[in-house]
Amino acid sequence: MAATKTSKEQRYDRQLRLWGDHGQEALENAHVCLINATATGTETLKNLVLPGDKPTYLIIIQGSVGKMYLHVIFNSSEHCFFMLQNRAQAATELLQELNSDVSGNFVEENPDKLLDNDPEFFHRFTLVIGVQLPESTCLRLGSVLWSASVPFLVCKTYGLIGYMRLVVKEHTVIESHPDNALEDLRLDQPFAELKSHIQSYDLESMEKKDHSHTPWIIIVAKYLEKWLSEHNSQPPKNYKEKEAFRQLIRQGILKNDNDVPEDEENFEEAVKNVNTALNPTKIPTAVEDLINSEQCSNITSQSASFWVMLRAIKEFIQSEGNGSLPVRGTIPDMIADSQKFINLQNVYREKAMQDAAAVSKHVECILQSVGKPPESISEKDIRLFCKNASFLRVVCCRSLAEEYSVDSVNKDEITSYMDSPDSEMVLYLMLRAVDRFYQQHSRYPGVYNYQVEEDISKLKLCVNSLLQEYSLNVNIKDDYIHEFCRYGAAEPHTVAAFLGGSAAQEVIKIISHQFVPFNNTFIYNAMSQTSATFQL
Amino acid sequence: MNLLLFSLFREKKRRRVVELTEKMVVDGGTGTRCEWEGRWNHVRKFLERSGPFTHPDFEASTESLQFMLDTCKILVIGAGGLGCELLKDLALSGFCNIHVVDMDTIDVSNLNRQFLFRPKDVGRPKADVAAEFINSRIPGCCVVPYPFESNAFCVEFHIIVCGLDSIVARRWMNGMLLSLLVYEDGVLDPSSIIPLIDGGTEGFKGNARVILPGMTACIDCTLELYPPQINFPMCTIASMPRLPEHCIEYVRILLWPKEKPFGDGVGLDGDDPDHIQWVYQKSLERAAEFSITGVTYRLTQGVVKRIIPAVASTNAVIAGKGQNPGIVKFAYIPLNNYMVFNDVDGLYTYTFEAERKENCSACSQVPQDLHFSPSSKLQEVLDYLTESASLQMKSPAITATVEGKNKTLYLQSVASIEQRTRPNLSKTLKELGLSDGQELAIADVTTPQTMLFRLSFTS
Repeated sequence: MAATKTSKEQRYDRQLRLWGDHGQEALENAHVCLINATATGTETLKNLVLPGDKPTYLIIIQGSVGKMYLHVIFNSSEHCFFMLQNRAQAATELLQELNSDVSGNFVEENPDKLLDNDPEFFHRFTLVIGVQLPESTCLRLGSVLWSASVPFLVCKTYGLIGYMRLVVKEHTVIESHPDNALEDLRLDQPFAELKSHIQSYDLESMEKKDHSHTPWIIIVAKYLEKWLSEHNSQPPKNYKEKEAFRQLIRQGILKNDNDVPEDEENFEEAVKNVNTALNPTKIPTAVEDLINSEQCSNITSQSASFWVMLRAIKEFIQSEGNGSLPVRGTIPDMIADSQKFINLQNVYREKAMQDAAAVSKHVECILQSVGKPPESISEKDIRLFCKNASFLRVVCCRSLAEEYSVDSVNKDEITSYMDSPDSEMVLYLMLRAVDRFYQQHSRYPGVYNYQVEEDISKLKLCVNSLLQEYSLNVNIKDDYIHEFCRYGAAEPHTVAAFLGGSAAQEVIKIISHQFVPFNNTFIYNAMSQTSATFQL
Repeated sequence: MNLLLFSLFREKKRRRVVELTEKMVVDGGTGTRCEWEGRWNHVRKFLERSGPFTHPDFEASTESLQFMLDTCKILVIGAGGLGCELLKDLALSGFCNIHVVDMDTIDVSNLNRQFLFRPKDVGRPKADVAAEFINSRIPGCCVVPYPFESNAFCVEFHIIVCGLDSIVARRWMNGMLLSLLVYEDGVLDPSSIIPLIDGGTEGFKGNARVILPGMTACIDCTLELYPPQINFPMCTIASMPRLPEHCIEYVRILLWPKEKPFGDGVGLDGDDPDHIQWVYQKSLERAAEFSITGVTYRLTQGVVKRIIPAVASTNAVIAGKGQNPGIVKFAYIPLNNYMVFNDVDGLYTYTFEAERKENCSACSQVPQDLHFSPSSKLQEVLDYLTESASLQMKSPAITATVEGKNKTLYLQSVASIEQRTRPNLSKTLKELGLSDGQELAIADVTTPQTMLFRLSFTS
């Protein structure tokens, strides 16, 4: 009998394995607004439409510059359509090709006009993406979105340079899915149930079969006990001691009648994992910082569940946790027979459940203390939070206003990167200079061939005035000024594609609250194929 | 100038522009290129203007654009996640002569990222559908599909771009291009070099690299960068499962051949939901026996098909990066030569120059030495060939010239020969009549050319 998997699950199978059903649901319920359907804009849109059914994307087509180029975007329904950045064509094509299935709406409007007449238009969105917008529009939009606490992603492809700026006040991440997570084994401070489980093993009296299939965690624990009793309760600390500890374990390998060591892979594993096993159980600094933060200390009825749960963890640490986070409850696979492994796994699992239950009680109390019903945060969410307690992350980006204000510009970041004159930071400064040029001349430098030469000196003036205004004592090579004139504000497809992919992924991170977004300025240099992230 | 002709020409051009905007389906695939004002403005700025960071040999001219539009012939291998992105990027950037190879057909699970395909295309060959789509949507572009195996024609192309999903296939392509290199008096003829741009993605990670066969590091030079696939030990699967994956592998490897649930000789087809359902049920039973939790339908399918998670965005990024060298190549110094990308936490890229391996088994032209004692068994040689990190062969066939005659020592791919030569595995090299300095010819799916090894006896 065939399993009736919904076709949606089949279609999204490959990505569901990355962010799960709950992540997918978040995507599908999001309302994203993309402003300006240029190559970069449509690429970003394509990468958002593909993973999410029935998008409610609102595309605002800015008044055209008169140029006409072809952007093909492919959406999840039967229809694909051209987007031509010429106002006259756009309306026709979109009406022809967009259908209600896609539930994308389009508005043909100038974002500055919208900001004039109806700034609250933007309040309804989960996130707004602004593509190839001039500086003034960006800043205005940025300020509206900041007050409404709507995340804003600025994207720009300029010649061979890609630029992204994320503006989000406070973005919490529970499921950060770190690439290299340390295991949570508690061997340095075994909890009661783990202790008694370890004690239930007597390595010396075991038959070979059992001996060779004892999980390495037990082996390390046993020999650690021995070591501690012989070393004044001090665990192995330096390389020398750890080597000696490894030797101690090796000596535990069974020998046959001829005194030759048997092939005991589980002991080999134990030796190999000594470093992991001896990692002291501690709360990661990043998490400590969060726990000591203001949001965690001052819980109100407005506090997000993230902070309520974190506060509960704090209280857990101070009581049942004895200074540690709740036990994660997972162990890596290791050589062992099924029963020994499952039993050991269950010891960790059950402790994790116990700890989560304790945290739950704290959550209830906290909620009650701020007048909210205890069911406002589900058990499931609390368990997920506890499991990921070591990996919690919060990303707070500065506002655009702060970045652009002379009083709060991040001079240190800029000048320190500019110590290497070819660092990507110079590209950021050039983008700012180019924006300045646009403000002054109502066009970008070098768009037409005849302009390239004469614009170089004009752009240089912009560069100098920029550096002066912000009192930035840095040197920008003339080569970069020349290069940016050469670009002529081109939007080559290859860079647009790269940026479109990157931007879409950051948007997905923000919407799903999984994986960690960048903070807060990303520059891609397609000439050298390098990139950098700055916090400005 | 003949004003009439001039006006006619302008009229024709104007009409074309109007046609384009009135009906969206354009006749592509015939090589007639439709141009309109400013179509290539973006690309022109890079090809027709000089700049301070361009390649020292670059000269701004209109020829490069013409070359791209008219002459440059690109082969795209793979029309899947990366392939679709690559085709689109190349076509939109101005390349009009593109050939695409892919032997696969379209599956529903492709649709979350392989955007040249629609639900109605499921079951059709990817190469065909991809070509149709691009040809009908991008005026002037001509994509020629090869929905079948065809490896005799690489030499026609200026650049080859790969979006493959297997390391074996990559190594084959790599070997193929190496075999096309022409050496004159030991010096490499640069016109015989066909650049290979390779990319791969997995979830939120990916990489792109530029290979100039014979000059830069090749795929085999950096084989250790690809971690070998994890296979669970048999004893774990057979008698000591601990993870849900072990239970699934038990059903796939041991139970299916035993119970033949869909008939004699019917192999497990990961794409058949009935097959997966059966495996899933049996895996649950197996797991219940050992009190293992976590077997789900999704996990079952993932394990059976060795599914790698994939999203549209990573493919877009890597294709953008990979295809960039193609365009940038004309004007700038191309990527040198390996870039990795990871956007699990922020966005991380790292570019480095992968170095050629001096004794690379594929590109170094240095005969590989095999060091074994004469009393080593042939099985040990076989194990070395498959397990060595630098060779990672799949099922090598070993032949040697013994007493003037060509002798197949061991060959796996043909059942009758495998049976006949299997006893050789437990014979020593001496017993097999092999001598010190002897050449062994070894063939494998990982290389299109037979590799020569030199046997070097240790005492």
